Amino acid sequence: MKSEIFPVKSQDSGNGLSTIEKTVFSDYKYGFVTDIEADEAPMGLSEEVVRFISAKKREPEWMLEWRLKAYRHWLTMKEPGWANIRYPRINYQDIIFYSAPKQKINPKNLDEIDPELKKTFEKLGISLDEQKRLSGVAVDAVIDSVSIGTSFKSQLAELGIIFCSMSEAIREHPDLVKEYLSSVVPLTDNYFAALNSAVFSDGSFCYIPKGVRCPMELSTYFRINAENTGQFERTLIIAEAGSYVSYLEGCTAPMRDEHQLHAAVVELVALENAEIKYSTVQNWYPGDKQGKGGVYNFVTKRGICKGDHAKISWTQVETGSAITWKYPSVILKGDHSTGEFYSVAVTNNYQQADTGTKMMHLGKNTKSRIVSKGISAGFSNNSYRGLVHVSRNAKNARNFSQCDSLLLGDKCGAHTFPYIEVRNNSAVVEHEATTSKIGEDQIFYCNQRGIATETAVALIINGFAKEVMNHLPMEFAIEAQKLLAVSLEGSVG
Amino acid sequence: MLSIHNLHAGIEGKKILNGIDLEVKPGEVHAIMGPNGSGKSTLANVLAGRADYEVSHGTAEFQGKNLLELSPEKRAGEGLFLAFQYPVEIPGLNTINFIKTAVNEIRKYRGQDPLDAVAFLKLMKEKMALMNIEQSLLARSLNEGFSGGEKKRNEVFQMAMLEPKLAILDETDSGLDIDAIRIVSNGVNKLRNKENAVLVVTHYQRLLDYIVPDFVHVLYNGRIVKSGSKELARELEERGYDFIKHETSEVETV
Repeated sequence: MKSEIFPVKSQDSGNGLSTIEKTVFSDYKYGFVTDIEADEAPMGLSEEVVRFISAKKREPEWMLEWRLKAYRHWLTMKEPGWANIRYPRINYQDIIFYSAPKQKINPKNLDEIDPELKKTFEKLGISLDEQKRLSGVAVDAVIDSVSIGTSFKSQLAELGIIFCSMSEAIREHPDLVKEYLSSVVPLTDNYFAALNSAVFSDGSFCYIPKGVRCPMELSTYFRINAENTGQFERTLIIAEAGSYVSYLEGCTAPMRDEHQLHAAVVELVALENAEIKYSTVQNWYPGDKQGKGGVYNFVTKRGICKGDHAKISWTQVETGSAITWKYPSVILKGDHSTGEFYSVAVTNNYQQADTGTKMMHLGKNTKSRIVSKGISAGFSNNSYRGLVHVSRNAKNARNFSQCDSLLLGDKCGAHTFPYIEVRNNSAVVEHEATTSKIGEDQIFYCNQRGIATETAVALIINGFAKEVMNHLPMEFAIEAQKLLAVSLEGSVG
Repeated sequence: MLSIHNLHAGIEGKKILNGIDLEVKPGEVHAIMGPNGSGKSTLANVLAGRADYEVSHGTAEFQGKNLLELSPEKRAGEGLFLAFQYPVEIPGLNTINFIKTAVNEIRKYRGQDPLDAVAFLKLMKEKMALMNIEQSLLARSLNEGFSGGEKKRNEVFQMAMLEPKLAILDETDSGLDIDAIRIVSNGVNKLRNKENAVLVVTHYQRLLDYIVPDFVHVLYNGRIVKSGSKELARELEERGYDFIKHETSEVETV
């Protein structure tokens, strides 16, 4: 089947939308900087820097070789230009590729963590104190490049669950890392994945043994703090046969005038009958209302349903970053496996998002479901880009895709690029797309019922995004709802 | 309660209301009738504060306050309610959540504490019984896929929940069959009392068989050209609006 392109540009209807206009400053409340001494690599990227990072992490030789292979391959690659985003060329020699808060490496327990660091996470509403965590969410906190502490570790260990930083996993569980690292996203997969493989400094590692249902949400919280640094984290989750895990990821960064680069790689492996639910609330600094500063977010996320009846579900709420380039995907290798992608992407001011998914149907009777909700405001540009691929042997594959766009104002853009490749006649692939605007009459209706415009907009967009929000874990959903409202604050009225 | 003097208003530079005078007291039901394009809906929208309309002249006082200075949500807070001619759909927004937000925003405006879930539910059940509305309708997204009758019943249900001092019904009968009109009118009648007032804007007399007005005003070319008792509505039904058009030069108000 041929791919289709439906670009939709908003048009002013002339009358109705006069007050849906100027974008006012919306407060980014995570924009503070923590004053922590950092241990940094020299600026720029070279083989020496890769060696420096590996040495800093006290990595085994095989890991260094792996990084160097990635680095050398990266040198031969070109930055991709196909996405619907515009940005000045990134100078990779102007970036610090490794920055670690100066503190005792490997705190034995959470009490040994620098109080300044702890305070940072408290300010963000994340407590690393196990006693204080009533909600039962285990947290791994990563600041700049390094994991600073993981909570609830011992309780999880009793079930055989490994939840630790990636650095620790490389040292303590080399066999698992060797077997699965880059098994889903190869070193050579794409420009940013190769870059990440060369310089990643930390991230989270998670292993759920056979038949174990992880009793709590596992969560990683990422924070960029230091100036001129990039954040390159690596996450690997392995769910053995019959196991289940729900994983949450949150991110923020300080407000800075210059752009920061974030290039992460996330790999998920679900074996037979296993289920991985991966939720992201991405709130990197989006830049100011003139489009100055903000995080460039180039992320490769991919999962493989390796065994039969496996299931992988991505849910993302993307409100931050100046640029988002991200396509959490699922390789449906096992028969009867299921892939899901639920996304809300909000762009305001001069933000640009090109995000979507790839569903690769390889096994028989595989199913995938895509629900994408794009909300654009200000001068922003929001694109959905998705591929549904049904291979020759994927008998009875089913896909349903729905892509809805909501426009606030008349200077933003919404685009849909759905690609469909079907090589097996038994496949059923459905695609639906809609574009709508928040209407003056919807807002007036709410106003007439005593509801002020800001609240009205929040109600309308949360209604629009509800189908996706319903897939977030409860506690996260409430946060995400508030975040949606905050991201669009001042964009109407 | 509501007193309008010499109100002129229009949209996009076009004048529609050319000097409206109207006095509404608590406990009264007023009907505004008139041919298409006479300014009936404009009057309803201007009173509710829709931004597209510009008031060029005149005053409107509501509960002793200058209505025209208040934002639409403050007018709602003061107790003004508009039952829309075309209620909008908001996909994904649960009707109950919407009404709960509205109730509590208005309570906030009045300096009252918000209703908690239990108190709200109790109030809702009470009004649902009164209005004869099913929960299944309220569990859906606001007006999404509602039939014409369901939308109007939902409007009157919201009116019951918000207990306004002045309810303006903008062509609430349009697009409804006679059974639906009866249901909606019964709802409105149950909400009438000595303290509140209703302004019924309608093209046809038939709604006034169910919501019986104390006063009928005929709007023509943006002015009230004739006022009278409910008999005036019947006369209009029999003779059509043409006789008003002929009389306008001779009679201003009765």
